[in-house]
Amino acid sequence: MTATHILLVGIGGFLGAIARYSISKHLNNKSAFLLPIGTLTVNLFGAFLLGVITGAKADIMIVLLFGTGFLGSFTTFSTLKLEMIQIIVRKNINKLYIYAIMTYGIGIILAYIGYVVGNFYQ
Amino acid sequence: MVYFWVGIAGSFGAILRYLLGVSLFTNSSFPYATLIINLIGSFLLAWLTTHFFKKLSVSPVIATAIGTGFVGSFTTFSTLSIETVTMFQAGNTLLAVLYVLISAFGGLLMSRLGFSVKKEDQQS
Repeated sequence: MTATHILLVGIGGFLGAIARYSISKHLNNKSAFLLPIGTLTVNLFGAFLLGVITGAKADIMIVLLFGTGFLGSFTTFSTLKLEMIQIIVRKNINKLYIYAIMTYGIGIILAYIGYVVGNFYQ
Repeated sequence: MVYFWVGIAGSFGAILRYLLGVSLFTNSSFPYATLIINLIGSFLLAWLTTHFFKKLSVSPVIATAIGTGFVGSFTTFSTLSIETVTMFQAGNTLLAVLYVLISAFGGLLMSRLGFSVKKEDQQS
């Protein structure tokens, strides 16, 4: 770990947080969707892309900038949990199940598909 | 301007996550670091959003920067997903399932602990 590593993670984190904020802001209020579609979008897309980077066994600089920094910040866990609590408080249990299965189920499958894709183009 | 502050706070969240990741339990095959980060962040975001920011009347820009920027970037879902895949591939199926379950239910519990229920939320 060097100052360069920390700087790369910081730059990636800067851009990842802004990207997540813009996407969530535009998508989470779309009333056509029942779920917090913004958070779902960033988490699923981010899980896939981190799978690609991991599968491709990318250079440490790329992993830190784009993986740990950008995608680590682009995706979020705390917001996911807060949204789930808000769904529970509103007693919408079916919505909770759908949100949880879509996030964890599809997220982990997408990370795996990304890994296979990355490995292929390694 | 709020975008800039979300970015600045997000870079600090990412760096803190990275530093904890390279310092905590580095010899373990179980991703304790990500788990601890996600559990602490879940409590923190709920507590800040539903209690702290309201009680202190923190400005929306600062609240968004700290909540969405810092805590949102500190916690991560992509790392959790790929760590799970890696454990499955290494044949640690039980550990992988345990990791997802502890993250899912533990995160929910931590978020609930930090969450202040408002009357209007219960009614809606």
